[in-house]
Amino acid sequence: MIALIDYKAGNLTSVRKAFAAIGAELYDPASPADLERAAAIVVPGVGHFSATAALDGAWAEAIRARVADGRPLLGICLGLQWLFAGSEEAPGCPGLGLLAGTCYRLKGSGIKVPHVGWNSLAIDAGRSGGGGEDTAPIAAGVAHGSQVYFTHSFAAPVTADTVAVTEHGEPFAAIVQRGHIAGVQFHPEKSGDVGLRILRNFLQLGK
Amino acid sequence: MLSKRIIACLDVRNGQVVKGVNFEGLRSAGDPAELARRYNLEGIDELVILDITATLEQRRALADTISRVARELFIPLAVGGGIRTEADAAAAVEAGADKVSLNTAALSNPALITTLARRYGSQAVVVAIDAKLAGDGFSVYARSGQTAAGRDAVEWAREAESRGAGEILLTSIDRDGTKIGFDCPMTAAVSQAVSIPVIASGGAGSLDDFVEVFTTGSADAALAASVFHYAETSVRGLKQHLRQRGIPVRL
Repeated sequence: MIALIDYKAGNLTSVRKAFAAIGAELYDPASPADLERAAAIVVPGVGHFSATAALDGAWAEAIRARVADGRPLLGICLGLQWLFAGSEEAPGCPGLGLLAGTCYRLKGSGIKVPHVGWNSLAIDAGRSGGGGEDTAPIAAGVAHGSQVYFTHSFAAPVTADTVAVTEHGEPFAAIVQRGHIAGVQFHPEKSGDVGLRILRNFLQLGK
Repeated sequence: MLSKRIIACLDVRNGQVVKGVNFEGLRSAGDPAELARRYNLEGIDELVILDITATLEQRRALADTISRVARELFIPLAVGGGIRTEADAAAAVEAGADKVSLNTAALSNPALITTLARRYGSQAVVVAIDAKLAGDGFSVYARSGQTAAGRDAVEWAREAESRGAGEILLTSIDRDGTKIGFDCPMTAAVSQAVSIPVIASGGAGSLDDFVEVFTTGSADAALAASVFHYAETSVRGLKQHLRQRGIPVRL
C-alpha cells in the first residue's frame, strides 16, 4: 500500500485515479505513525509553498524515518519542491531538505508565469540522478523530448540529482531522482501515457 | 519550449454534446465520453466540458458525464456552466474536474474566484469571458451571451487575474460557431494585458485560423468545438500544420 499524503494542498482526485489505473493501492495515512505500513510514500500538492508547513514537525520526521528505512518517496509538483531545502516563495518555511538547493520563481523575457501547459523533457543520459546508470530508473522508457503537463510558478534548480530538464525562461529540474527519492515538477496524472509510465517506474523503485 | 495547446470543447446538454452558432440553434454532436476518447487518441491537449443549460437536475446528470469522461482520460479536464457557488465547484472537482470555469457567477460575485483559488489553487480556476466588439473595446456578456455585464473584457481579465484566476477562457460571441476565424485583436488585447494564459475561443474554421490566433492573437491555447466534432479537422492534422508553420505543439 502506498501512502498518499493529503495536506489539503489541492485536489487529489486525479492522482488517485492515475494510481488506480496502473493497479496501485493507495491509502490516506491518518497520522504520521500510520506511515509505518507504507510501502512507498507520495507527496502531491499544488499551490503556495507555505501549504507545506502542514507537514512540518511530526509528518516530516515520519517521512524522513521511512525514507531512511528504504521506502521510496515521490514528490509531485509542490511535493517535488518540498524535497529541497526550501523555496523563495516562503523563506521562513523549510523543505524536507533531502535534496540540495532552493526553489525559485521562474523568470525570463517574453514568458508567462505561471508556466501552464505541455512542455518537453530533456532527458540527458549523463544525468543519472545519482544512481550511476545511464538513465535514472524514474525516467526509464521515457523518450527524450516527451511532453508533460505543467502548472507552476516556482521551480527547483538543476543539480546533480536532476534527471530531466525543462525550459521556461530558464532551465529547471523537471524530474529529479536520488536513489529511492524521486520528484516530478509536472503532473504525471495529467500527462497521458508518459505520466502513467513515470508512475509505474516509481512503483518499481522499491522493488 | 512551452507548446501551444489545442483544447476541444464539449458543450453538453442532457448528457449529449451539442453545438450552435452565435450561441443559438443547437444540434447534436454525439456522446461526450466517446468524443473525449477520440480526441485523446488524436492528441488533444485538454478538454473542456461546458454544461450549457445547467438546471439543477441537469447538473446532477453532468457529474455523471464528468466522471465518465475523467475515468479514462489522463489529460487536464475543465468543467464550466452553471457553477455559481463553492458547492457547485466542489461537486465538479469531486466528479473529476481539474479546473472549474466561472463565467456569470464570477461577474456577479467576483469573490468566488478568490474563494476557489484558495481552496484548489489558481491553476484550478478558469475565468471564462464572453465578449463582443463594441466601439474601441470589447464588452462582456453574462448568461450565455444574453446580458451585457457593463464591463470591458481587458479590464475584467485584469481583475480576474488579480483575484486569483489561473487562466482566462476568452470567447468571441461575434465569432462563435461561424468558422470565420478567431477574434485576434480581442485575444491579443487580453493576452497582452495579463500574465496568466489566455485560451482563445469562438470562430475556428480553417487550419490557418489557429496559426493566426497563436501569432497575431498572442493566444496561449485555442479552443474549438464544431471543427473537431464533425471531423472537419483532425487534431493531429491541425498540430502538424501548426508545427510546419513553426508553432510549438505536442505531437
